[in-house]
Parts: sequence; structure tokens; C-alpha cells
Amino acid sequence: MNVTKTNGTTPKKVNPVMKSMRRNWPLYLFVLPMLVYIIIFNYWPMYGLQIAFKNYTFQGGFTGSPWVGFKWFEQFLTGPRFLPILKNTLRISIYSLIAGFPLPIVLALVLNGIENLKWKKLAQTITYMPHFISMSVLCGMLSLFLSPSTGIVNTALRFLGLTKDGIYFLGQANLFHHVYVWSGVWQGMGWGSIIYLAALSGVDPGLHEAAKIDGANKIQRVWHIDIPCILPTIVILLVMNCGSVLGVGYEKVYLLQNNLNMTTSEVISTYVYKMGLISRQYSFSTAVGLMNNVVNFIILAIVNKTSDKLSGISLW
Amino acid sequence: MKKTFHKIMTGNVAWDDLIYDVVCNVALFLFVIVCFYPMYFILIASFTAPKYVNSGEFLLYPKEWNFMGYTQVLKDNDVWTGYGNTLIYVTGGTLLGVTVTMLAGYALSRKDMWGRGFLMKIFVFTMYFGGGLIPTYLVISKLQLTNTRILMILLGSVSVYNTIVVRSFMISNVPDELYEAAILDGCGHPTFFAKVVMPLSKAIISVIALWLAVGYWNSYFSAMIYLSDPKKYPLQLYLRQILMMASSVAGSASDPEKEQIIDPEYLALMQQLAAVLKYALIVVSTGPVLCIYPFVQKYFVKGVMIGSVKG
Repeated sequence: MNVTKTNGTTPKKVNPVMKSMRRNWPLYLFVLPMLVYIIIFNYWPMYGLQIAFKNYTFQGGFTGSPWVGFKWFEQFLTGPRFLPILKNTLRISIYSLIAGFPLPIVLALVLNGIENLKWKKLAQTITYMPHFISMSVLCGMLSLFLSPSTGIVNTALRFLGLTKDGIYFLGQANLFHHVYVWSGVWQGMGWGSIIYLAALSGVDPGLHEAAKIDGANKIQRVWHIDIPCILPTIVILLVMNCGSVLGVGYEKVYLLQNNLNMTTSEVISTYVYKMGLISRQYSFSTAVGLMNNVVNFIILAIVNKTSDKLSGISLW
Repeated sequence: MKKTFHKIMTGNVAWDDLIYDVVCNVALFLFVIVCFYPMYFILIASFTAPKYVNSGEFLLYPKEWNFMGYTQVLKDNDVWTGYGNTLIYVTGGTLLGVTVTMLAGYALSRKDMWGRGFLMKIFVFTMYFGGGLIPTYLVISKLQLTNTRILMILLGSVSVYNTIVVRSFMISNVPDELYEAAILDGCGHPTFFAKVVMPLSKAIISVIALWLAVGYWNSYFSAMIYLSDPKKYPLQLYLRQILMMASSVAGSASDPEKEQIIDPEYLALMQQLAAVLKYALIVVSTGPVLCIYPFVQKYFVKGVMIGSVKG
């Protein structure tokens, strides 16, 4: 107020934007560190995506390197590695989705049906635990358990008479996706159930009371009350999972990969890593990564749109 | 149990409900065994004599107590270096991440902050789209942050998801009216944040801190990409080298640098010990997290729930 008066001229209406900014300037300082981080580690690399259309050189950097158009995209799409890598990526992610999606829901429903609270709590603690095991350790555990000579999995299979010499799970290309997916299910199902359990705890107990009076048994109540109530949660998680169908991460695949299973274990992200940081073909691997990113984004948008139309549930 | 038994004896029982209870309990028991046994096996195998471990026997308790794995692990200087580095990265990263996230989450939760919608859009966009591995690597090399401890602390400290979680917590727990009241007492945003917001946010601070700490403790990939000096390696990267060694030897050694000429007698002993050593190493590296976790479990669960409200 004082400021407008000292200006001397006719009192102007104070611009609400300026007023808010003047009053709340510390808030902008509060966001600043995050903004700087996001700009440096997210937007600057996005700006660098232009090298997908250039021939990157160290002297030229992002802006100074010469343009080559869609050369790298063509090279990848027409190259011999494209189809196998795409197939591997899709196989792993779709298999993960089919195997990994329903189990957390089942676990949540089962947990919800337990009346003994101590047992329920203990079961939750134990089933959430694998989530905290690091990738290096998980893959180390797999290589120990699945060892053809000394691993307990092969001991069990021998005991059951299913194999004689032991199966070398990590050395057989046709078994790679099973190992990858089921270890992921083991690690993630408990943690994944939390969100459904939260949704289940939000179900109105009045519905159950009313159904009980009408003579519905527990199974009927789960089927007609619990499951419809958590359906929105299920749909939104399904949308999110479908959106990352080409987003098989490198962390785990890279650890489980070896020369023997390479034909089925090479996925887009590990290929980008190797071509980029080991073979130093920066532009080519940026192009591959960009293509992957764009396709992912489009898939997510389509799935989201569809779910929005069908059920009114949308991510944004 | 007693109640059910009583019901059965008095003939006052709904059989379909009872069957459902039994099925639930049995199913949960299976889930628990499947999750528990592999972890339990590692613990007992790490205390068992190498000959039993190498024979691939099923174990329910340690056979012939043996601490060779642990003595080997504790003698290994690389493990200690890794531990030290991991502690630095976990502490530094968590402190930094919590500070940045709390500040940003608070600011973005204030309704009268002009431009907050735009800022949110800028941040959320990065959840769905990014520059990817290679451009990020090139930016970081350009900043000359490769092979520095600072980078290991910086990377992963800020997450848009965490900020959204904090923001929705603030919206429901630190109402604007509270700030309006504080202004009348001559309190600005910084004082209000320090004196009112932080004490009100203990729960969410614990959630974010725990998420960050576990994330830092478990990450290996950025260290693998950006660090070249083994003195700066975190524990997980060292683990990867040891734990995956056997498979890379069997897979005709993809990494030539791992092959070294070693005394054959020592090699034979190491092979005998290899599995036990690995089990001990897993226990030493994962134990702390799994031991602390049950006590702070409620914070993790709370965090997932706050996060899911926003969706």
C-alpha cells in the first residue's frame, strides 16, 4: 500500500500477481532448489535429446554437432537387432504384468479376510520384506539358489525327479524371462498389496452389515462389495502398468544377463546402455532411448484415454 | 480359534464362512512361507559349514555352526570402504532430499502462490518424459560431476513423486487459515515453516526420509555408471561384483577386468568358501535394513497411502 502512495501518481489498482509475489516471495525461494535440480537433471538432458538427430561430437556438444536427420532411427529400425530386442522387451513386460498384477490383489483380499490381528500384522511384515532387498542382493540370491550344482531349487527339482543334472536357469535363454518375472513377483507382491489393502479398509462397513442382515456369506460379500469397491484402484494401477509396457528397466536385467542368455535377455534399456556408455555411440543410443520414451508416452496416453472413456478414471 | 470351536460344538456355525476363513488362512500361510523361507535360508546358510551349503541341502536350522563367511567378510577392506561410502551417500542424500522436498512441497501447497500450477506442470511432466540415460550422462560429464561423491548424494535426492506426496499432506494438514492466523502475529513464511510446519509434519518427514534412505542404500546403477574410483564405490556396487562373479565365470566371463591371476590353492579355498561368503555378505549388507524395517513399517505404509490418495 505504502509503495503505491509514494509513487505519487494516481493510485493504481494493485496488480494481484505482483501483490502475491511480494507477499509470498520466500515461497519462490523454497521451490528454487527443486526447480534448479529439475532443470539441470531433467530439462537440460531433454534439451540434449536433439543429438538423436545429430552426429554428436565432444567438440560440438549438444548444439554444435552437425544434423543428420533420422539416420539413427533408420539405422535402428532396419537393423538386425531391432525385432529381437523389441520382442524381448514386450515378452518380459507383458509376462510381468500378467503374472504380477493379480497376486497383490489376491494377497490383499486374503489379508483382509484374516480376523486374528497379530497373525495379520506378522504376515504383512514378512510379505513386505522382500521389497527392501536391493537389486544386487536379489540377483545374487537368484544366482545362488538357481545354481545347477549347489542351488536349493535344483535340489528340490532333483528330489521331485524333474531333472537329473540340474537346470542352469540363468544360462538358458528360454528360461530367462521366467526367472526375471517370478523373482519380481516374489519381491513385489507384498508391497503391491498395501495399496489395495488401503482401498479395502476404506470400504463402508455399513455395506457389510446390511449384506449380513440380508444373509450374504463372506464369499458373496467379498465378491459383491469388496471387489467392486476397489475396482477404481485396480483400474488406475492397471493403466499405470500398461503405460510402462516398454519400460523394462536396466538395473535387474543387466545384473542377470550373461553371454548364454543374451538372445532373450537383451532389452531396449540395456541395449541403450551398452551402445551408449560402452560402445560410446551417443547419438545412436539417444535416438533409441528417445523412440522408446515417445512410444511409452503415447501408449500411456492411449490407455489413459481409454480408461477415462470406459470408467471415468484418469491419471491426469 | 476358541470362538470358532465353540460355534462348531454348539452347531451354531455358518459352514461357508468357516470354509472361507480356512482358505484365507491357508493361502496367507503359503504367501508367508514363500516370502520368508528364501530370506531365512540365507541367514542360516551364512552360519553353516561350507560343505553343507555347497551340497545344496535344504536347511531348517544351521548345521554345524560356522563363522568362516563372516570372518572373511569382516577382514575384507573393500566391504568396510563400501559401508563407509554407503553411509555417506545415505545420510547426505536423505538430508538433502528431505530438505528440498519439504520446502518445495510446502511452497506448492500454498493456494495464494501465484504460478504454482505452472510449476507443478513442469515437475509432473518429468514423471512421464525425460532425456534418458545418454543425454543425462553427457550433462553430468559436462558439469564434471562424474566420479564425485557429491553426485552420488545429489542423484535421486529430488523426486517429483515425493514432492506430490508432501504437498497433499500439507494441503490437508497445514490449512491456509493457520498461516493467515500466523501472519497476524507478524510471522512470515520462513518462521512459519520452521516453527509450525516442520513440527506438524513429523510423520511425513519420517516417510520421505525412510523412502530416500532405502533408495540410497540399495542403489548401484548410478554408481556403476558415474564412478570409476573403487575407493568411492558404495556397498551395493561391490556386492554386485562379488555376488555375480560365479555367473560371469560360468557365462564365459563377459568382463575381462574381473579375470585375474590368483594363486590356485587360494582359489580352491575361495571356491569352497564362495557360497558361504556370499551368504554372509548378503546378511551383512541387507540385515540392517530388514532389522530396522519392522519398527518403522507403519511409516512406509502410511506413505503409500498418502501417495495413493493423490493417485
